Amino acid sequence: MSDAGTPIIEATGLTKSFTVAQKDPGLAGALRHFFRRRTKEIRAVTEVSFTIRPGEVVGFLGANGAGKTTTLKMLTGLLHPSAGSCAVGGWQPFQRTRDFLQAITLVMGNKQQLMWDLPTVDTLKLNAAIYGVSDAEYRARVDELAAMLELSDKLTQPVRKLSLGERMKAELLAALLHGPKVLFLDEPTLGLDVNAQVAVRHFLKRYNAMTGATILMTSHYMADITALCPRVLVIHEGALVHDGGLDELMRRFGARRELKIELARAVERGALDALGEVLSVEGSVARIAVEPAQLVSVVGRALAELPVSDLTVHDPPIEEVVGRVIGKSQRANHAETGT
Amino acid sequence: MNAALRRMSGLLSAYYAYMTAYRAELILWALANSLPFILMGAWYQAAENGGYGFSGVEVARYFLAVFVVRQLTVVWVIWEFDQDVQRGRLSQYLLQPVDPAWRYIAAHLSERVARLPFSALIIALFFLLFPPARFVPHASDLLLALVFASLAFALRFAMQYTLALFALWTERASSLEGLMFILYLVLSGAIAPLEVFPDALRAAVLWTPFPYFIWVPARLLSGGVDVDLVQAALVCLGWITLFVVLNRVVWRRGLKRHSAMGA
Repeated sequence: MSDAGTPIIEATGLTKSFTVAQKDPGLAGALRHFFRRRTKEIRAVTEVSFTIRPGEVVGFLGANGAGKTTTLKMLTGLLHPSAGSCAVGGWQPFQRTRDFLQAITLVMGNKQQLMWDLPTVDTLKLNAAIYGVSDAEYRARVDELAAMLELSDKLTQPVRKLSLGERMKAELLAALLHGPKVLFLDEPTLGLDVNAQVAVRHFLKRYNAMTGATILMTSHYMADITALCPRVLVIHEGALVHDGGLDELMRRFGARRELKIELARAVERGALDALGEVLSVEGSVARIAVEPAQLVSVVGRALAELPVSDLTVHDPPIEEVVGRVIGKSQRANHAETGT
Repeated sequence: MNAALRRMSGLLSAYYAYMTAYRAELILWALANSLPFILMGAWYQAAENGGYGFSGVEVARYFLAVFVVRQLTVVWVIWEFDQDVQRGRLSQYLLQPVDPAWRYIAAHLSERVARLPFSALIIALFFLLFPPARFVPHASDLLLALVFASLAFALRFAMQYTLALFALWTERASSLEGLMFILYLVLSGAIAPLEVFPDALRAAVLWTPFPYFIWVPARLLSGGVDVDLVQAALVCLGWITLFVVLNRVVWRRGLKRHSAMGA
């Protein structure tokens, strides 16, 4: 395992292409497909390079299909890179050595490893046996993690009886039982309600602080990234378009905040336009995008000048931040190529 | 070695808990294997009319033994593996430091133990309904039958799991098992004891894996079989070795393909 100075995750020119079968619609298409299969090469990830130091928590952002999961799968050894190389803790992931598998974990928000009809404790015991966790270690780790996740009284309930939030916490417990040093998290808060999202974030933050584990996580929720990831990687159409601090990302791409105002009575549209870009007005509720630097003064003006019955401030959707990064990188590319 | 044993015992107890969570399904699975009883009815009548060298009671005992052997040797790994590839569960298994084969083996062995009480119940019911077929096998026959049933399970598992691995290319290998099942039905002794085959055909079939799946252990259980047991065990072990070697080769290649095409 790497020391604090050397990278624990290293990707160099990481590239992955897939050959995908192409089929025209209808019976004729099916027949043609049966006799002569047409294929097309799709490049999912193109020359992605980055390094991550031990203990870092890094957010991995990108739209659906941008190449996040493919990159995670190469880093966990599930996919063999088409070109380039990667190393995690000094191991080549695709060789899937026992030591490597002992050192990592991958949690996917849309897949579960818990056995559905059995209590969580059965999956935990199975994982303890698979990873060679001793009985004493098992008890200590389960007690500690279950307490942190506030899950101690849920371990003997069948998984299917747990709420979505409890299930994700149980997934994390099962995935961390063997004390992995590198956590790959793919949308760990997907579909969870706000309370459960906060609980998972809080847990990950504490886990990272306590164990010094390295975390690389993807998420669609900006709040996950702002709460956990001082550094973010942004990937677009398979290529890395940003690697740097979250603050820098916000500064450079000016992620706007979203002001949601509920009005006691109707007002002139002009009064809303004066606050920022009006995203929508539905009934008595208006959504307005505001530059972060102007947030305080805009809120003050709204409260002073409008009949506000409720006002909330939201993070911008991650797509907006990523969209701005991508827009900028595309403009830069066009400028370089003169297109 | 200790770590390996601990892993296997962990897998066995987890899968036993898993199997017993589906008690109702286990009864149905045990009943679904009642084909031998149906065939027994047909063959019993034919045997009573003479001409097969078997008495009605011998036929009844043989098919009861077929039922028992099928309970001990049923293998479904190909359907499970298909599902695991299609639903992405295989990827999760690949992230853990234990070859997925051990999971499937543990699942099959645990299911066998969980199924035992239901199978015993069906046998007891059969004896109650048809007292002439009641018999207690000699201890040595029982022991030999269990040894050959274990070999049958190992062979059937190795063979079916090897076919299952083609799901790494096609995502659906269970159709291959459909083809194999026809040979299994005819040549294993599931439909009729192999004594009804002409001698030359039976001698040829004895070099294939099929008669060891049912006929040899079932005949041992129901009163002895006229084959060279040493040769039978060697043929069986030979096929097991061949399929295990083939399995590992296909596994390595399939995994390479799986990790190239999308896990």
